[in-house]
Amino acid sequence: MSSESPSSPTRRRLLMAAPLVVAAGAGVGFWRMLSGMSHGSFDPHDIHAPVLNRPVPDFSLPDQAPGTGFSAQDLRGLKAPVLVNYFASWCIPCVAEMPVLNGLKDRLPIWGIAYKDKPEHALGFVQRAGNPYARIAADRDGLTAIDWGVSGVPETFLIGPGGVIRWHTASPITEAMIADTILPLAGSLKS
Amino acid sequence: MKALSFRTGMMAALFCLLFAPMVAMAVDDPAEMLPDPAQEQRAEAIGAQLRCLVCQNESIEDSSADLARDLRHVVREHVAKGESDHQIMDWMVSRYGNFIRLRPPLTAGTLLLWIMPVLALCMGIGVAWWHLRRPRAVAPPLTDEERRRLSDLTRTRRE
Repeated sequence: MSSESPSSPTRRRLLMAAPLVVAAGAGVGFWRMLSGMSHGSFDPHDIHAPVLNRPVPDFSLPDQAPGTGFSAQDLRGLKAPVLVNYFASWCIPCVAEMPVLNGLKDRLPIWGIAYKDKPEHALGFVQRAGNPYARIAADRDGLTAIDWGVSGVPETFLIGPGGVIRWHTASPITEAMIADTILPLAGSLKS
Repeated sequence: MKALSFRTGMMAALFCLLFAPMVAMAVDDPAEMLPDPAQEQRAEAIGAQLRCLVCQNESIEDSSADLARDLRHVVREHVAKGESDHQIMDWMVSRYGNFIRLRPPLTAGTLLLWIMPVLALCMGIGVAWWHLRRPRAVAPPLTDEERRRLSDLTRTRRE
Protein backbone atom coordinates (compact mmCIF):
# COMPACT_ATOMS: atom_id res chain seq x y z
CA MET A 1 0.00 0.00 0.00
CA SER A 2 2.63 2.49 1.06
CA SER A 3 4.49 1.86 -2.19
CA GLU A 4 1.65 3.30 -4.34
CA SER A 5 1.96 6.82 -5.63
CA PRO A 6 0.42 9.35 -3.24
CA SER A 7 -2.04 10.62 -5.89
CA SER A 8 -3.68 7.22 -6.30
CA PRO A 9 -6.08 7.20 -3.31
CA THR A 10 -7.16 10.76 -4.13
CA ARG A 11 -7.80 9.81 -7.73
CA ARG A 12 -9.74 6.76 -6.64
CA ARG A 13 -11.83 8.88 -4.30
CA LEU A 14 -12.49 11.33 -7.14
CA LEU A 15 -13.53 8.49 -9.43
CA MET A 16 -15.87 7.18 -6.74
CA ALA A 17 -17.37 10.63 -6.21
CA ALA A 18 -17.86 11.47 -9.90
CA PRO A 19 -20.95 9.25 -10.51
CA LEU A 20 -22.46 10.46 -7.23
CA VAL A 21 -21.96 14.09 -8.22
CA VAL A 22 -23.48 13.44 -11.67
CA ALA A 23 -26.46 11.62 -10.13
CA ALA A 24 -26.96 14.38 -7.55
CA GLY A 25 -26.78 17.05 -10.27
CA ALA A 26 -29.30 15.20 -12.42
CA GLY A 27 -31.53 14.73 -9.37
CA VAL A 28 -31.55 18.43 -8.55
CA GLY A 29 -32.21 19.25 -12.23
CA PHE A 30 -35.15 16.85 -12.50
CA TRP A 31 -36.55 18.04 -9.19
CA ARG A 32 -36.48 21.66 -10.33
CA MET A 33 -38.06 20.73 -13.67
CA LEU A 34 -40.83 18.60 -12.15
CA SER A 35 -41.58 21.06 -9.35
CA GLY A 36 -42.63 23.40 -12.18
CA MET A 37 -45.58 21.06 -12.80
CA SER A 38 -47.28 22.10 -9.55
CA HIS A 39 -47.31 25.81 -10.41
CA GLY A 40 -47.91 25.41 -14.11
CA SER A 41 -44.54 26.48 -15.50
CA PHE A 42 -43.84 22.96 -16.78
CA ASP A 43 -46.29 20.67 -18.56
CA PRO A 44 -44.80 17.48 -20.03
CA HIS A 45 -47.85 17.06 -22.29
CA ASP A 46 -47.59 20.56 -23.70
CA ILE A 47 -47.52 20.82 -27.47
CA HIS A 48 -45.57 23.94 -28.34
CA ALA A 49 -47.96 25.26 -30.91
CA PRO A 50 -46.14 26.47 -34.02
CA VAL A 51 -49.22 28.57 -34.92
CA LEU A 52 -48.18 31.26 -32.43
CA ASN A 53 -47.52 34.66 -34.04
CA ARG A 54 -48.82 33.41 -37.38
CA PRO A 55 -52.02 34.59 -39.08
CA VAL A 56 -54.96 32.22 -38.61
CA PRO A 57 -55.03 29.47 -41.25
CA ASP A 58 -57.52 29.68 -44.14
CA PHE A 59 -60.94 28.33 -43.22
CA SER A 60 -64.61 29.07 -43.59
CA LEU A 61 -67.04 27.41 -41.20
CA PRO A 62 -70.86 27.33 -41.26
CA ASP A 63 -73.21 28.62 -38.56
CA GLN A 64 -73.71 26.76 -35.36
CA ALA A 65 -77.04 27.74 -33.74
CA PRO A 66 -77.60 30.00 -31.90
CA GLY A 67 -74.63 31.87 -33.42
CA THR A 68 -73.32 32.68 -36.86
CA GLY A 69 -70.29 31.06 -38.50
CA PHE A 70 -67.10 32.83 -39.50
CA SER A 71 -64.04 32.54 -41.69
CA ALA A 72 -60.35 33.43 -41.62
CA GLN A 73 -61.24 36.69 -43.44
CA ASP A 74 -63.54 37.71 -40.57
CA LEU A 75 -60.71 37.25 -38.05
CA ARG A 76 -58.11 38.97 -40.26
CA GLY A 77 -60.38 41.97 -40.65
CA LEU A 78 -60.65 42.59 -36.91
CA LYS A 79 -59.29 45.77 -35.32
CA ALA A 80 -59.50 44.51 -31.71
CA PRO A 81 -58.48 41.16 -30.17
CA VAL A 82 -60.93 38.27 -29.77
CA LEU A 83 -60.66 34.92 -28.05
CA VAL A 84 -61.38 31.85 -30.20
CA ASN A 85 -62.49 28.87 -28.14
CA TYR A 86 -62.83 25.31 -29.48
CA PHE A 87 -65.47 23.41 -27.50
CA ALA A 88 -67.73 20.37 -27.70
CA SER A 89 -70.84 19.28 -25.84
CA TRP A 90 -69.17 15.92 -25.08
CA CYS A 91 -66.18 17.56 -23.36
CA ILE A 92 -66.27 17.73 -19.55
CA PRO A 93 -63.55 20.41 -19.08
CA CYS A 94 -65.55 22.58 -21.53
CA VAL A 95 -68.51 22.47 -19.15
CA ALA A 96 -66.19 23.49 -16.33
CA GLU A 97 -64.79 26.52 -18.15
CA MET A 98 -68.17 27.93 -19.26
CA PRO A 99 -68.78 30.04 -16.10
CA VAL A 100 -65.28 31.51 -16.49
CA LEU A 101 -65.94 32.36 -20.16
CA ASN A 102 -69.29 33.90 -19.22
CA GLY A 103 -67.46 36.13 -16.75
CA LEU A 104 -65.04 37.22 -19.47
CA LYS A 105 -67.37 37.83 -22.43
CA ASP A 106 -68.16 41.46 -21.58
CA ARG A 107 -64.47 42.38 -21.36
CA LEU A 108 -63.25 40.42 -24.39
CA PRO A 109 -65.40 39.02 -27.24
CA ILE A 110 -65.30 35.23 -27.47
CA TRP A 111 -65.94 33.37 -30.71
CA GLY A 112 -66.72 29.67 -30.37
CA ILE A 113 -66.01 26.76 -32.69
CA ALA A 114 -68.00 23.58 -32.01
CA TYR A 115 -65.56 20.73 -32.61
CA LYS A 116 -66.92 17.45 -34.04
CA ASP A 117 -70.30 17.95 -32.48
CA LYS A 118 -73.86 17.28 -33.61
CA PRO A 119 -75.59 20.66 -34.24
CA GLU A 120 -78.44 19.95 -31.82
CA HIS A 121 -76.02 18.80 -29.08
CA ALA A 122 -73.86 21.92 -29.45
CA LEU A 123 -76.97 24.11 -29.36
CA GLY A 124 -78.21 22.41 -26.18
CA PHE A 125 -74.79 22.75 -24.57
CA VAL A 126 -74.52 26.48 -25.31
CA GLN A 127 -78.08 27.13 -24.09
CA ARG A 128 -77.55 25.22 -20.85
CA ALA A 129 -74.24 26.93 -20.15
CA GLY A 130 -75.49 30.47 -20.84
CA ASN A 131 -74.02 31.46 -24.19
CA PRO A 132 -70.62 33.20 -23.78
CA TYR A 133 -70.02 33.38 -27.55
CA ALA A 134 -70.47 36.40 -29.84
CA ARG A 135 -70.33 34.08 -32.86
CA ILE A 136 -70.36 30.28 -33.14
CA ALA A 137 -69.13 28.20 -36.06
CA ALA A 138 -69.28 24.44 -36.55
CA ASP A 139 -66.22 22.33 -37.42
CA ARG A 140 -68.07 19.05 -37.96
CA ASP A 141 -65.28 16.95 -39.46
CA GLY A 142 -62.57 18.46 -37.22
CA LEU A 143 -60.29 19.26 -40.17
CA THR A 144 -60.17 23.03 -39.55
CA ALA A 145 -59.05 22.24 -35.99
CA ILE A 146 -56.12 20.24 -37.38
CA ASP A 147 -55.05 23.29 -39.42
CA TRP A 148 -55.00 25.27 -36.18
CA GLY A 149 -52.92 22.58 -34.48
CA VAL A 150 -55.72 21.66 -32.08
CA SER A 151 -55.14 18.35 -30.30
CA GLY A 152 -58.33 18.28 -28.22
CA VAL A 153 -61.03 20.38 -26.61
CA PRO A 154 -61.12 22.83 -24.96
CA GLU A 155 -58.41 24.77 -26.73
CA THR A 156 -58.28 28.56 -26.83
CA PHE A 157 -56.46 31.12 -28.99
CA LEU A 158 -56.10 34.86 -28.51
CA ILE A 159 -56.32 36.53 -31.92
CA GLY A 160 -54.73 39.96 -32.27
CA PRO A 161 -55.66 42.64 -34.83
CA GLY A 162 -55.09 41.40 -38.37
CA GLY A 163 -55.93 37.85 -37.38
CA VAL A 164 -52.57 36.93 -35.86
CA ILE A 165 -52.58 34.19 -33.19
CA ARG A 166 -50.92 35.77 -30.13
CA TRP A 167 -51.52 33.25 -27.39
CA HIS A 168 -52.74 29.70 -27.03
CA THR A 169 -53.66 27.18 -24.36
CA ALA A 170 -54.73 23.55 -24.51
CA SER A 171 -56.09 23.70 -20.95
CA PRO A 172 -59.44 24.99 -19.69
CA ILE A 173 -59.46 28.75 -19.14
CA THR A 174 -59.14 29.78 -15.48
CA GLU A 175 -59.71 33.08 -13.67
CA ALA A 176 -55.97 33.25 -13.02
CA MET A 177 -55.19 32.89 -16.74
CA ILE A 178 -57.61 35.69 -17.54
CA ALA A 179 -56.22 38.07 -14.94
CA ASP A 180 -52.51 37.24 -15.39
CA THR A 181 -52.22 36.64 -19.13
CA ILE A 182 -55.26 37.04 -21.36
CA LEU A 183 -56.52 40.51 -20.36
CA PRO A 184 -53.05 42.14 -20.04
CA LEU A 185 -52.06 40.71 -23.43
CA ALA A 186 -55.36 41.71 -25.05
CA GLY A 187 -54.96 45.22 -23.61
CA SER A 188 -51.48 45.57 -25.06
CA LEU A 189 -52.69 44.39 -28.48
CA LYS A 190 -55.45 46.96 -28.60
CA SER A 191 -53.25 50.04 -28.29
CA MET B 1 -34.49 -34.91 -27.31
CA LYS B 2 -38.19 -34.83 -26.68
CA ALA B 3 -37.76 -32.34 -23.84
CA LEU B 4 -35.68 -30.11 -26.06
CA SER B 5 -38.23 -29.98 -28.86
CA PHE B 6 -40.98 -29.20 -26.35
CA ARG B 7 -38.86 -26.38 -25.02
CA THR B 8 -38.19 -25.04 -28.49
CA GLY B 9 -41.91 -25.15 -29.17
CA MET B 10 -42.65 -23.22 -26.00
CA MET B 11 -40.01 -20.65 -26.86
CA ALA B 12 -41.48 -20.19 -30.31
CA ALA B 13 -44.97 -19.78 -28.84
CA LEU B 14 -43.73 -17.21 -26.34
CA PHE B 15 -41.88 -15.38 -29.08
CA CYS B 16 -45.05 -15.21 -31.17
CA LEU B 17 -47.03 -13.95 -28.16
CA LEU B 18 -44.43 -11.29 -27.52
CA PHE B 19 -44.64 -9.88 -31.01
CA ALA B 20 -48.34 -10.43 -31.63
CA PRO B 21 -49.35 -6.92 -30.45
CA MET B 22 -46.78 -5.35 -32.73
CA VAL B 23 -48.32 -6.72 -35.90
CA ALA B 24 -51.89 -5.98 -34.82
CA MET B 25 -53.49 -3.44 -37.14
CA ALA B 26 -54.59 -0.24 -35.50
CA VAL B 27 -56.75 0.86 -38.41
CA ASP B 28 -60.22 0.55 -36.88
CA ASP B 29 -62.11 0.25 -40.09
CA PRO B 30 -60.88 -1.39 -43.31
CA ALA B 31 -62.76 1.32 -45.21
CA GLU B 32 -60.07 3.76 -44.02
CA MET B 33 -57.43 1.96 -46.08
CA LEU B 34 -56.41 3.15 -49.51
CA PRO B 35 -57.38 0.84 -52.38
CA ASP B 36 -53.83 0.82 -53.77
CA PRO B 37 -51.71 -1.49 -51.52
CA ALA B 38 -48.48 0.38 -52.34
CA GLN B 39 -50.04 3.71 -51.35
CA GLU B 40 -51.58 2.17 -48.22
CA GLN B 41 -48.16 0.84 -47.23
CA ARG B 42 -46.63 4.29 -47.69
CA ALA B 43 -49.40 5.90 -45.64
CA GLU B 44 -48.82 3.35 -42.86
CA ALA B 45 -45.08 4.04 -42.88
CA ILE B 46 -45.69 7.80 -42.60
CA GLY B 47 -48.34 7.34 -39.92
CA ALA B 48 -46.00 5.13 -37.88
CA GLN B 49 -43.65 8.13 -37.56
CA LEU B 50 -46.34 10.57 -36.42
CA ARG B 51 -47.16 10.93 -32.74
CA CYS B 52 -50.77 10.76 -31.65
CA LEU B 53 -51.26 14.07 -29.81
CA VAL B 54 -53.86 12.53 -27.49
CA CYS B 55 -52.10 9.38 -26.26
CA GLN B 56 -48.67 10.84 -26.68
CA ASN B 57 -46.50 7.71 -26.77
CA GLU B 58 -48.37 6.01 -29.58
CA SER B 59 -48.15 6.62 -33.29
CA ILE B 60 -51.32 7.62 -35.13
CA GLU B 61 -51.27 4.19 -36.80
CA ASP B 62 -51.35 2.48 -33.37
CA SER B 63 -53.81 4.78 -31.63
CA SER B 64 -57.57 4.50 -31.76
CA ALA B 65 -58.11 8.08 -30.56
CA ASP B 66 -60.48 10.20 -32.63
CA LEU B 67 -57.79 12.70 -33.58
CA ALA B 68 -55.44 9.87 -34.64
CA ARG B 69 -58.15 8.58 -36.96
CA ASP B 70 -58.60 12.04 -38.47
CA LEU B 71 -54.83 12.41 -38.94
CA ARG B 72 -54.63 8.95 -40.58
CA HIS B 73 -57.36 10.10 -42.94
CA VAL B 74 -55.45 13.31 -43.73
CA VAL B 75 -52.22 11.34 -44.39
CA ARG B 76 -54.07 9.03 -46.79
CA GLU B 77 -55.62 12.00 -48.60
CA HIS B 78 -52.20 13.53 -49.13
CA VAL B 79 -50.69 10.20 -50.24
CA ALA B 80 -53.52 9.71 -52.73
CA LYS B 81 -52.84 13.22 -54.07
CA GLY B 82 -49.30 12.03 -54.82
CA GLU B 83 -47.40 14.16 -52.29
CA SER B 84 -43.95 13.06 -51.14
CA ASP B 85 -43.25 11.77 -47.60
CA HIS B 86 -41.29 14.95 -46.99
CA GLN B 87 -44.20 17.20 -48.01
CA ILE B 88 -46.62 15.32 -45.76
CA MET B 89 -44.22 15.46 -42.82
CA ASP B 90 -43.77 19.23 -43.34
CA TRP B 91 -47.54 19.67 -43.45
CA MET B 92 -47.84 17.96 -40.07
CA VAL B 93 -44.88 19.78 -38.51
CA SER B 94 -46.24 23.18 -39.59
CA ARG B 95 -49.40 22.43 -37.56
CA TYR B 96 -48.15 20.49 -34.55
CA GLY B 97 -44.42 21.27 -34.46
CA ASN B 98 -41.57 18.78 -34.30
CA PHE B 99 -43.33 17.20 -31.32
CA ILE B 100 -45.49 15.24 -33.76
CA ARG B 101 -42.43 13.46 -35.17
CA LEU B 102 -41.66 10.31 -33.20
CA ARG B 103 -38.18 10.51 -34.70
CA PRO B 104 -36.93 14.01 -33.83
CA PRO B 105 -34.85 15.84 -36.44
CA LEU B 106 -31.22 16.68 -35.72
CA THR B 107 -31.20 20.24 -34.34
CA ALA B 108 -29.19 22.11 -31.72
CA GLY B 109 -31.78 21.03 -29.14
CA THR B 110 -31.66 17.33 -30.03
CA LEU B 111 -27.92 17.12 -30.75
CA LEU B 112 -27.11 15.55 -27.37
CA LEU B 113 -29.87 12.97 -27.86
CA TRP B 114 -28.52 11.92 -31.24
CA ILE B 115 -24.80 11.80 -30.38
CA MET B 116 -25.30 10.14 -26.98
CA PRO B 117 -24.68 6.54 -28.22
CA VAL B 118 -21.41 7.58 -29.90
CA LEU B 119 -20.49 9.67 -26.86
CA ALA B 120 -21.15 6.76 -24.48
CA LEU B 121 -19.11 4.39 -26.66
CA CYS B 122 -16.19 6.84 -26.80
CA MET B 123 -16.33 7.31 -23.03
CA GLY B 124 -16.29 3.53 -22.53
CA ILE B 125 -13.35 3.08 -24.89
CA GLY B 126 -11.55 5.95 -23.17
CA VAL B 127 -11.99 4.48 -19.70
CA ALA B 128 -10.95 1.00 -20.89
CA TRP B 129 -7.88 2.38 -22.66
CA TRP B 130 -6.89 4.45 -19.61
CA HIS B 131 -7.14 1.37 -17.40
CA LEU B 132 -5.24 -0.92 -19.78
CA ARG B 133 -2.30 1.35 -20.46
CA ARG B 134 -1.77 2.21 -16.77
CA PRO B 135 1.52 0.58 -15.72
CA ARG B 136 1.07 -2.29 -13.29
CA ALA B 137 2.54 -1.52 -9.86
CA VAL B 138 5.73 -3.54 -9.62
CA ALA B 139 6.16 -5.10 -6.20
CA PRO B 140 9.46 -4.07 -4.59
CA PRO B 141 11.93 -6.87 -3.81
CA LEU B 142 11.48 -8.58 -0.45
CA THR B 143 13.44 -7.22 2.44
CA ASP B 144 15.71 -9.55 4.44
CA GLU B 145 13.16 -9.67 7.22
CA GLU B 146 10.39 -10.71 4.81
CA ARG B 147 12.57 -13.30 3.14
CA ARG B 148 13.33 -14.85 6.51
CA ARG B 149 9.60 -15.01 7.39
CA LEU B 150 8.80 -16.58 4.05
CA SER B 151 11.37 -19.33 4.44
CA ASP B 152 10.12 -19.93 8.01
CA LEU B 153 6.56 -20.27 6.75
CA THR B 154 7.40 -22.61 3.87
CA ARG B 155 9.50 -24.77 6.18
CA THR B 156 6.62 -25.11 8.68
CA ARG B 157 4.33 -26.15 5.83
CA ARG B 158 6.70 -28.89 4.66
CA GLU B 159 7.04 -30.48 8.08
